[in-house]
Amino acid sequence: MSTHDLAQTTPATRSRASLHRWRLWRQYAAFVALAGPNVALLVVFTYKPLVESFRYSTLQWNIGSPTARFVGLDNYVQFFSSPTTAQVLTTTAVFTVTTVGGALVAGLGLALLLNQRLLGRGIARTLSFAPYVLSGIAVGILWLYIFDPRYGLLGTVLGWVGVSSPDWYNTSPWALIMIIIVYLWKHIGYVALIYLAGLQAIPQEVRDAAALDGAGRWRTLRSIVLPLLGPTTFFLLVTTLLASLQSFDLIHAMTQGGPLGSTTTLMYQIYQESFVNGRAGYASAVATVLFVLLLVVTLIQLKFVEKKVHY
Amino acid sequence: MAILTPPQQSAAPTTPPAAPSNHTPMRASSRPHKRLSGLDIAGWITLIIVTVIMAVPLVWMAAASLKSPSELYSVPLQWLPETLNADNYATVGDRLPLGRLFLNSLLITALGAGLKLLLGLTCAYALVFLPFPFKKAMFALVLFTLLVPQQITIIPNYTLVASLGWLNTYQGILVPGLASAFGTFLFRQHFLTVPISILEAAQLDGAGHWRRLWQFVIPMSWPTISAVALVSIVAEWNDYLWPFLVIDDADMMTLPLGLTLLQDIDGMTNWGVLMAATVLVTVPVLLMFLVLQRRLVAGLTAGAVTG
Repeated sequence: MSTHDLAQTTPATRSRASLHRWRLWRQYAAFVALAGPNVALLVVFTYKPLVESFRYSTLQWNIGSPTARFVGLDNYVQFFSSPTTAQVLTTTAVFTVTTVGGALVAGLGLALLLNQRLLGRGIARTLSFAPYVLSGIAVGILWLYIFDPRYGLLGTVLGWVGVSSPDWYNTSPWALIMIIIVYLWKHIGYVALIYLAGLQAIPQEVRDAAALDGAGRWRTLRSIVLPLLGPTTFFLLVTTLLASLQSFDLIHAMTQGGPLGSTTTLMYQIYQESFVNGRAGYASAVATVLFVLLLVVTLIQLKFVEKKVHY
Repeated sequence: MAILTPPQQSAAPTTPPAAPSNHTPMRASSRPHKRLSGLDIAGWITLIIVTVIMAVPLVWMAAASLKSPSELYSVPLQWLPETLNADNYATVGDRLPLGRLFLNSLLITALGAGLKLLLGLTCAYALVFLPFPFKKAMFALVLFTLLVPQQITIIPNYTLVASLGWLNTYQGILVPGLASAFGTFLFRQHFLTVPISILEAAQLDGAGHWRRLWQFVIPMSWPTISAVALVSIVAEWNDYLWPFLVIDDADMMTLPLGLTLLQDIDGMTNWGVLMAATVLVTVPVLLMFLVLQRRLVAGLTAGAVTG
């Protein structure tokens, strides 16, 4: 190799390298221009508030006022020692477990039904999914009318089977039960729909093979269909759990947390404490508790079903 | 037939060809001909009951909105209105600036969903097709926000919006919710299936990123885009909590806010008027859903069923 060769190649590669670097920087700039706004908005309106919420939780503070007093962990101490907390946590747990569990079980049942070749299946699919797209406020008010003890539809229907309608709005377990029923009415169609998509992704050959091996409907369901629906169930568990813990519209339209706080969930308490009772610091502590709770539940779920989910 | 390619299947807006994939599971002993079994009949009855439970409240709402007070409050229930009178709707119009609320809802929905789409598309494009040092971390950052309930951030966001003087403004409703985590996630998943060679060819022809996005990537992604668009439209139209906090001026309200305003006005509940207002909030989404349900369904299931 001669010096002549070196003299020729070195400047060429150098300029190619700098050209390459320049291109790369241009692409970085393009990346920032295209992804930047979305990421910046997420940081400003999700991550920053998340951190701020922790800070607020150490304050005694009314949301409208400019003054706030640092109280350390007092809000948390208050939260965990307050007698209403037990009620709120119980209500949240009951609401979450029944809505998530109920929607998953009934939704799966509905999906299996809608997957059969039955007359009118298309109409049933459309109708059962329709409530999901409706405004929670509208649904809540519509059902308040249906539950109306004197002029409501439900009282009349219950009367046919000889049951008198309880005073849904004003008595303790019934108000929560009422909201759970409406929540399920609104959300079952969504769960059924996702399960239906999952069911249709199961190859027919797998079922045929099971049938050839002599598996009946029940056996096929338990040993073939349900395990194959694992990832779908996991997805639904996460999404319905988040949706349930966040639900605000129905409670606000139907009971506003009453009677006597019996329909106040953690989410609703955050709203009430900050925007009704003027205790934004305390509400931030509740929000932090809710967030930690969600994180723990999600991590546990991920740990359990990690291997079954492939994004 | 009816073999859908796995990566595309979730986004395909067409109805799944019903016939072969939906065989009723049968016992091996029974003949493979269609025969009405007891189970089928039970299934069919259940289906009818489910359909009735789902449909009756909606029918009841529509009927009540057309009833006169005496029909609404007669004690053995009067099932249908005798004459269709629009008095309840007129009352809603008297109490609320209906046209204004409708326009507000329309504007917020169109702008909110449109900008969300744009942000999601550009972000996903960058995440898939452009190099950047912390790309994985950035995607994780986007994805993680899906697990942060928006409501946990309401107090700091409210303070921020108030300090910007954005209470009772459109930007106050819109801006905090603009970033799209769900859309970005779905678009990214879809873009990963777009053949890179097409984009490389476009690049050789001198197309910049913006043109590559609009002329090549977007036209190849219509099913996903329309699905995400529909999901966003439904979400924006129905959004309640955030607008409820930010808005108290009746002229700036959206339709769902107007509905609760109406609920609060009366000491005694006037069900006819409330049902008329409920119909007005519900019907636009319901109509859109009925016309475009397949695409909407494709959008909702796209994230759920992985290929």
